[in-house]
Amino acid sequence: MEVNIKINSVTHSHEVEPRMLLVQYIRELAGLTGTNIGCDTSSCGACTVHLNGESVKSCTVLAAQVDGMNVETIEGLAEGDGTLHPMQQAFHECHALQCGYCTPGMVMASVSLIDENPSLTEKEVREGLEGNLCRCTGYHNIVKAVLQASEVAK
Amino acid sequence: MIPAPFDFIQVDSVDEAIAAISEHGDEAKLIAGGHSLLPLMKFRLATPTYVVDINRLDELKYVHDAGDYLAIGALTRHCEIEKNEIVKTNAGVLALATHSVGDPQVRHRGTIGGAIAHGDPASDIPSALLALKATLIAKGSEGEREISIDDFFTGFLETDLAEDEMLKEIRIPKLPNAKWSFQKFNRRAQDWAIVGASIICDDSHVGVGLVNMHSMPFRSEAVEAALSNGANAEEAAELAAENTEAPTDLNASKGYREHLARVLVRRGLQEAGR
Repeated sequence: MEVNIKINSVTHSHEVEPRMLLVQYIRELAGLTGTNIGCDTSSCGACTVHLNGESVKSCTVLAAQVDGMNVETIEGLAEGDGTLHPMQQAFHECHALQCGYCTPGMVMASVSLIDENPSLTEKEVREGLEGNLCRCTGYHNIVKAVLQASEVAK
Repeated sequence: MIPAPFDFIQVDSVDEAIAAISEHGDEAKLIAGGHSLLPLMKFRLATPTYVVDINRLDELKYVHDAGDYLAIGALTRHCEIEKNEIVKTNAGVLALATHSVGDPQVRHRGTIGGAIAHGDPASDIPSALLALKATLIAKGSEGEREISIDDFFTGFLETDLAEDEMLKEIRIPKLPNAKWSFQKFNRRAQDWAIVGASIICDDSHVGVGLVNMHSMPFRSEAVEAALSNGANAEEAAELAAENTEAPTDLNASKGYREHLARVLVRRGLQEAGR
């Protein structure tokens, strides 16, 4: 079947098997490898992208289901001239990563969290990121970065 | 990890969905949020020949105040229900139980109808609907019918829905003066409940629904009866494991689950003012 998915404002059209996962589509057909595959069972959050503006785990959505919809990935956050999104800037400044594997998902989940609640408390950040695992145990600086970005967003 | 091959059927109305499942019977599965079905398909525990996508049925996405009851469309997503002011005011325990499901990404996709129709005894939401004594509206090729939540769950991952039926609406009696509590014990954030309890109490209504204490979502009639007969929280909670058939698995033994049920029901009843 043919699907058309707008990813970071560019429409991609591909023939896919119905069983193709959105994360595969993003990585293998659209060629956007910033979105990582971690657990593949909707536990780790590494594959988090925005679907029509909301964070979702793209390993547990079929490409066929999002035909005609808008997807935003980590590649779509920075501006054209390379200026980082405030959340990316905050992750950079707070050293909110070690190996970086969870980072694209963490950033996308965090942006969605702030979109829904611009005045987050530390507890809300920790609860809001419970679907994203960091195995370097870097949560402290990640939380700091999200709180910093939320100050900027205000 | 990808599922086994299947044919994908996109439907744009409830009638189209019913026509598809009527035609294909047990070879077809409806997909809503997909966060239970897709993992099962990846593990080859489910291998439907046809997957019928109902995500575009906007007619099933709503929360209405219908006078005596709240009417919630079966495709309303968890993220809408957990924040909905009408739900929080009139059926607070459902908002709490819904908020405890998965994580924000999962709640952006998961739907109330999907959570119920999956029939999982480990799911939080059925316990709240048992406590609230909800009524479900199903539609099939023969028309609509009402199903009491008490008659809906028939076994492990099994429900009273016929092959050609789908959930359309969940009706919840409004209890604005009730007090409630949702209790969940797990070891890690985001995990399923090892045991959970939904409690609702007001002058005329006591409801106690348990998570993961049976092969299906379970109402504790023993605790409800004790409370109605004047027992206090400690006395009633001692009965929380009565008639349960808690599983033993890697997370907990049957005996430990029975202990947790008594503790969580006591805490829940106390939080709900008993």
